[in-house]
Amino acid sequence: MQLSDQIRFNGQIFLRHRVRTGLLLMAVGLGVASVILLTSLGEGARRYVYQEFSALGNQLLIVFPGRKETTGGTPPVYGTAPRDLTLEDAMAMSRIPSVKAVAPIIAGTAAIAVDNISRESIVLGSTPEIFQVRQLEVSQGKILPDRTRSEAMAVCVLGAKLKRELFGHGRAIGEWIRAGDRRMRVVGVLVERGESLGMDLSDMIIVPVRTAEQMFNSPGLFRILIELAGNADLPRTESRIKAIIRERHEGDEDITLVSQDAMLASFDNILATLTLAIAAIAAISLLVAGILIMNLSLISVSQRKREIGLLKAIGASSAQVRQLFLGESLMLVSLGSVAGVIFAWAVVLIIGRLWPVFPIFPPWWSVPAAVGTALLAGLVFSLMPARRAAALDPVLALSGQGGGQGG
Amino acid sequence: MIELQGVNKTYQVGDSPLRALRDVDLLVGEGEYLSVMGPSGSGKSTLLNMIGLLDRPDSGSYLLDEVHTETLPEEQRAQFRGEQIGFIFQSFHLVSRLTALENVELPMMLAGVSLRERRIAAHEVLAQVGLEAWSGHHPNQLSGGQLQRVAIARAIVMKPRILLADEPTGNLDQASGQEIISVLENLNAEGITLMMVTHDLNLGQRARRQIRMVDGQIEADSRTETDARADHATV
Ligand SMILES: Nc1ncnc2c1ncn2[C@@H]1O[C@H](COP(=O)(O)OP(=O)(O)O)[C@@H](O)[C@H]1O
Ligand SMILES: [Mg+2]
Repeated sequence: MQLSDQIRFNGQIFLRHRVRTGLLLMAVGLGVASVILLTSLGEGARRYVYQEFSALGNQLLIVFPGRKETTGGTPPVYGTAPRDLTLEDAMAMSRIPSVKAVAPIIAGTAAIAVDNISRESIVLGSTPEIFQVRQLEVSQGKILPDRTRSEAMAVCVLGAKLKRELFGHGRAIGEWIRAGDRRMRVVGVLVERGESLGMDLSDMIIVPVRTAEQMFNSPGLFRILIELAGNADLPRTESRIKAIIRERHEGDEDITLVSQDAMLASFDNILATLTLAIAAIAAISLLVAGILIMNLSLISVSQRKREIGLLKAIGASSAQVRQLFLGESLMLVSLGSVAGVIFAWAVVLIIGRLWPVFPIFPPWWSVPAAVGTALLAGLVFSLMPARRAAALDPVLALSGQGGGQGG
Repeated sequence: MIELQGVNKTYQVGDSPLRALRDVDLLVGEGEYLSVMGPSGSGKSTLLNMIGLLDRPDSGSYLLDEVHTETLPEEQRAQFRGEQIGFIFQSFHLVSRLTALENVELPMMLAGVSLRERRIAAHEVLAQVGLEAWSGHHPNQLSGGQLQRVAIARAIVMKPRILLADEPTGNLDQASGQEIISVLENLNAEGITLMMVTHDLNLGQRARRQIRMVDGQIEADSRTETDARADHATV
């Protein structure tokens, strides 16, 4: 039997059973479309993260105190309790030529109060460099003054949301606030900006690093943010930073360096895994479509018993009958897949139009994976009905009996 | 060309065995015209299905053109059915979603004949049974006699040498039945071997050779075994 004949023969069956065919096409189409759409969302999230990182534009390196063991996030081994990372360490790093800016950070929480309004907030103690490194801008007032690099000063910059909570729409610049037991003057308010790298700065208050040192009574830095020069060689800069630390920490290299690239790579990994996981979940809908195909095929085999008997009587072998039924399923799955792919692409294009910030896009593998899974499910689940059709005894089939259940 | 020797077929009905064919010996030569008669349940259809390779004997042998068919693999038996044997059934067995022409084409389609070739062949045989004008009609638009003529066209489109008809007029009125018989007899006159099961004594007696079956056995054969063997030897 020729392929073109089989396609025409199946087409006539589909036309004859429009409702059944429509139902199956829809089940397969929706399954394929959901795999493509969900993976497109995952890929969109991945691209969104990239977009966010590259919006920062600069090359960042983050220094954490303490060594992170290669085996994972275990605490440092006994006897090598990490030395604090100090402001002096940060200053030494700023002398490396390929380093453009160094922002040491001390972090803590304190009650921030104006009159009788009080908010518990995160306090970041840093230098004016933090504004450059994190690309922060003030909407009112100024950033921290240059003197705060080395001295404590009773000044602060408020996050936009914190400012609103403390002052409403009133003027904040020049006003005094209490942070813990200290009084300080507001010199600037950060511009409104969404989350950046998972940290919501609009809730925070930035104070001079020396002031924070006194407030939290600890010389240890929370971390150091380093912005590299445009042409910096990342591995060489990293090894110079480590050398400085070894020199200053009596031979111990008790810091952990995380580059922006490494962070991006781990985000990438997480999101890629997540995309695969949702693809697998979406594939379950194809399994459901496969089971539907199997059940409807079994019904079709028992309804078409006489026809199967006739085909055998006029020369069809069992293999041919099996092939006819498998071909019918595969053709149906192919048609459903085409419909599903077209539908998914249309939805992706529409979402892209309506919501341009989110770069929704099907990953390259999603269409072959969705269609491949659909074809495989169609094949596997129609094997049994096809086998049952092929095994029908022609004499009994012609009389409409026999061949197991149904009639 | 058809040679049955000691063919037995037993069906299990409930828990008692039912012997549908008992030690059947039969020789049929090329171009013969046989009718098979007998009471209902006597094994006529079973015999026809056996000869048409739709069924396998439990014991005994069936030689078709001196080939032992009972041991042939299913694939080859299917090929024999397609190429050598044409079947006609009491209930027509046309595929309702296909036109008359497409129904006639079916055996050729299964055999892998190209569309163009089989269109020509199908039109030819439809003309032969007088239904050229009805080729585009679906079965539900045709009368019983027309349906059976489509079925005959389908049975002969592969130019088989044996035509097996199981009560071909059973669902037809007198006039349509007569037409069908004359179509079949014309085909026999052109050389096809015709074997027809019938209930109708008048129709059965038109055959040159008549077989009567009772309880799975051939009770009477209008030609003696020796005659048949002699006939077979000369073919
Ligand atoms: N597949 C089958 N299973 C069980 N019994 C069968 C089967 N086919 C035929 N028979 C029985 O075998 C006997 C002969 O049947 P059949 O050849 O159809 O008779 P006829 O055509 O002469 O009426 C009947 O009693 C019938 O019930
Ligand atoms: Mg019968």
